[in-house]
Amino acid sequence: MKLTDEEEALRAGEFGPAAQWAIEHQIKVGEYLRASDFVPVTQAHIMADTESLGPAGVEWLERMAQLPPDERRVRIPTITDPRGTDFAAAHRLKQQPWMLDLERRAIAALEALGVLMTNTCINYQTIMPPVLREHVAYGDTGVVIYSNSVCGARSNFEGGPSALSAGLTGRTPRYGYHLDERRAATLVVDVGWTPRELNDWGALGGIVGRLAGDYWQVPALVGIDRIPGSDELKHFGAALASYGSVALFHIVGITPEVRLDDDVLLRGQALRRHGVGETDIHAFHQSYAAAIDTVDVVVFSAPQLSLMEIAKVAGLLDGRRATIPLLVVTSPQVKPDADRLRLTERIEAAGGTVLSGMCFYQSYAREMAEANGWQRLATNSAKLVNIIGGYGYRPALLSMEACIEAACRDGRIAR
Amino acid sequence: MSSRIIADAGMGRRVEGEALVAKDGFSARYDLDRARGVFSRSEHKLAGQSYVGRVLVLDAAKGGVATAWMLHEMNARGVVPAALVLNVVNPIMVQGAALAGFTMISGFALDITHAIPNGAWVEVDPTGERPFIRVVGSNA
Repeated sequence: MKLTDEEEALRAGEFGPAAQWAIEHQIKVGEYLRASDFVPVTQAHIMADTESLGPAGVEWLERMAQLPPDERRVRIPTITDPRGTDFAAAHRLKQQPWMLDLERRAIAALEALGVLMTNTCINYQTIMPPVLREHVAYGDTGVVIYSNSVCGARSNFEGGPSALSAGLTGRTPRYGYHLDERRAATLVVDVGWTPRELNDWGALGGIVGRLAGDYWQVPALVGIDRIPGSDELKHFGAALASYGSVALFHIVGITPEVRLDDDVLLRGQALRRHGVGETDIHAFHQSYAAAIDTVDVVVFSAPQLSLMEIAKVAGLLDGRRATIPLLVVTSPQVKPDADRLRLTERIEAAGGTVLSGMCFYQSYAREMAEANGWQRLATNSAKLVNIIGGYGYRPALLSMEACIEAACRDGRIAR
Repeated sequence: MSSRIIADAGMGRRVEGEALVAKDGFSARYDLDRARGVFSRSEHKLAGQSYVGRVLVLDAAKGGVATAWMLHEMNARGVVPAALVLNVVNPIMVQGAALAGFTMISGFALDITHAIPNGAWVEVDPTGERPFIRVVGSNA
């Protein structure tokens, strides 16, 4: 990789050992992925829950945090993805003290590095959305795909170590979606039925993700017949990134880089083309729900809920009572508004639990299942459905209304 | 002993091990029970099989960003594959392998999951200018 004088100085340790490690890490990654140089970034977003870090990762962060203050701090705004717990509600989830201890240590280390503990995967709705063509270094696949596609920003998937590196150096290797040529569509999906509910958007994302197949594919959707809202695109993108490891999509006439068909139906190239209709989306749901009649827990999470989603949950629960655990997970930015507007009170009066700053699958999901006897789970998040099977759950993908209905009928799924 | 199958890129050290092969994806968070060292997602073609000490030969990197930390965590406990060989990587696998000092090669002129027999004893060498994998014997 071609390095500037400043980057050579970083590599030589002139900015301290943390930045030196960071740029060496970035060069390894950049050379593997054929980056020619670095690109400056304005923000970094770190996924660093302790279920992923483990004790070894926390100790690694703590060693960096023990450096002198002027040798360890990030040089651009650096924020965090959800943590592995909500300390105020950990006992209700039957999380163990060792999990909380590990979380506290990780938080202390990240704070010592100058990281802002925002603990959210919906920073594009709540903190500071990136703007068109802004280069950033974001973790959390849902954050990256929304920022790239809906905002028109430029980021690759930056795992925790690389996002932290970007925070420490203020740059990232220039490969993938920092390059114009990588942002063109590689397949076209004709959508014959525009989704209505959030779980339908997630199902469409899952289907397109499976069609796309890998990180380097960029699907362009045609046929969406109305302007989707932020929560709809959030669920679509999160599922597309989860099922396909996809980091960028276009919707013709809607997302900012494809105002016209010609913007993506490229320059005479023959792109592979697929069709997706209502029956495909129905079949996607059936592939999960058909074998499950009852569930043990209902979870709204992944991504964290916006204020509008929480308001809808509260409205659906008014006058009802959840008879199985019902978890509603949001960000530390949304939770105070939910409290102030008494949405939390309404949900919890109906038997639900509102959690802040965590995400269900990043919070020791296997241990929570064992401690609480949870095996079958209902959610309206296709992303959660895709992930949670690996933790031993049997998930059902339902609408928000059907999830609430199941929660209030001892877990029985209405057919 | 078979001829070398050249990869587009590689990192880590030379290793040998028994190949565990499937035309399926890989994500440490989505697919593994990392405590037990087995593939745990029931839909995965390697569900129930141990990955510890094996050379995983799979199709494409899948899933989220967690693998960037998890390879390091798995390595620290020694409950880890010997190497990862993929048709298609994503940045997360590269970042995770870089942090963990893990052996990985990727990108081939053919489908590597068809070229390497499951159970074969293979050599993976990312150290030269042309990273490669080759079958050096049968463990079947």
